[in-house]
Amino acid sequence: MTCPEYKDLMMGYLDDELDRQQKNQFEQHLKSCKDCSAELQQFKKLKKITDSVALAEPEDVIWENYWSGVYNRLERGIGWIMMSIAGIALLIYCGFKAIEHLIEDPSISIALKITILAFIVGLAILFVSALREKLYFRKKDRYKNVRR
Amino acid sequence: MSEGAVKKVQNTCIDESVLIERCLRGSKDAYGLIVNKYMKDAYFIALGLVGNQEDALDLSQEAFIRAYTNIRSLNAQWGFFPWFYQILRNLCFSHLRRRKNRHSCSLDALVELPDSRQQSDCPCTSMEKQELTETLWQAINKLDDKHREVIVLRHFKNLSYEQMAKILFCSVGTVTSRLYYARMKLKEILERQKGGL
Repeated sequence: MTCPEYKDLMMGYLDDELDRQQKNQFEQHLKSCKDCSAELQQFKKLKKITDSVALAEPEDVIWENYWSGVYNRLERGIGWIMMSIAGIALLIYCGFKAIEHLIEDPSISIALKITILAFIVGLAILFVSALREKLYFRKKDRYKNVRR
Repeated sequence: MSEGAVKKVQNTCIDESVLIERCLRGSKDAYGLIVNKYMKDAYFIALGLVGNQEDALDLSQEAFIRAYTNIRSLNAQWGFFPWFYQILRNLCFSHLRRRKNRHSCSLDALVELPDSRQQSDCPCTSMEKQELTETLWQAINKLDDKHREVIVLRHFKNLSYEQMAKILFCSVGTVTSRLYYARMKLKEILERQKGGL
């Protein structure tokens, strides 16, 4: 088991991140500590294994088309937002028109009119409630800025 | 691989702040220059974290899109890349959590270096080396997020401790400590899988 106070120095030594004084200090310690010496050898073997592999390089065409991929997706995102806003506006307009027709239509019974209206009002309440809850929790969430 | 992303930020600080100013005014061309500068770093970090080339491309591009739409929340003191890295890592870790079974898709992140057999002391055959590469990747895959992250940044992106501390928003001491425990765990997993390093 490595001496706890030397574990940082051991990592720095392994990765060549120590200044001369720290390096000397750790080398002095290694001379007198068999455990740290053995552990360092194990870490060196591990490093040799990780140094023998690399992340796979993709084909050049990936880099050539990278920005256009991002750009197209950005553009599509804006398209989706615009379409969604227009869709919601259209839906609300059609909803009002449908309700207007429903109220004015003498062939539909009052009971059915009330049922349909209650369904629409209920749906609207649920939507507003869910939206309000989402916005409220987003505002009050104490952990929203915590970085994992 | 190119030099570290953080170093690039420091060297081109003025240019980058000008580019970010232009991005804030809605210039996509300026953002294109930023993307071209960091796309390789973003892709390779994502590849190291998720282990699949297709996912790495998709996630790194998605991170650039999110960064652009949230560019107003970028603090000029941080620089672009450390801030962008937070978006990228969160996307990658969320992706890993969704992909509950990490072995369900092909993991093609690592390749054996062509001259590694000359560098290595062991007289391994090509098949043994390939087996070792797969075993190593499986072991990295078993590490938890924060340990996997430091292994990828140090071993496959060659970032210095200071550069890692900057993009992880922590101290060099924390990086060193995390790296120690990450390597300890990796060593233990490899020992269990192979019966010794």
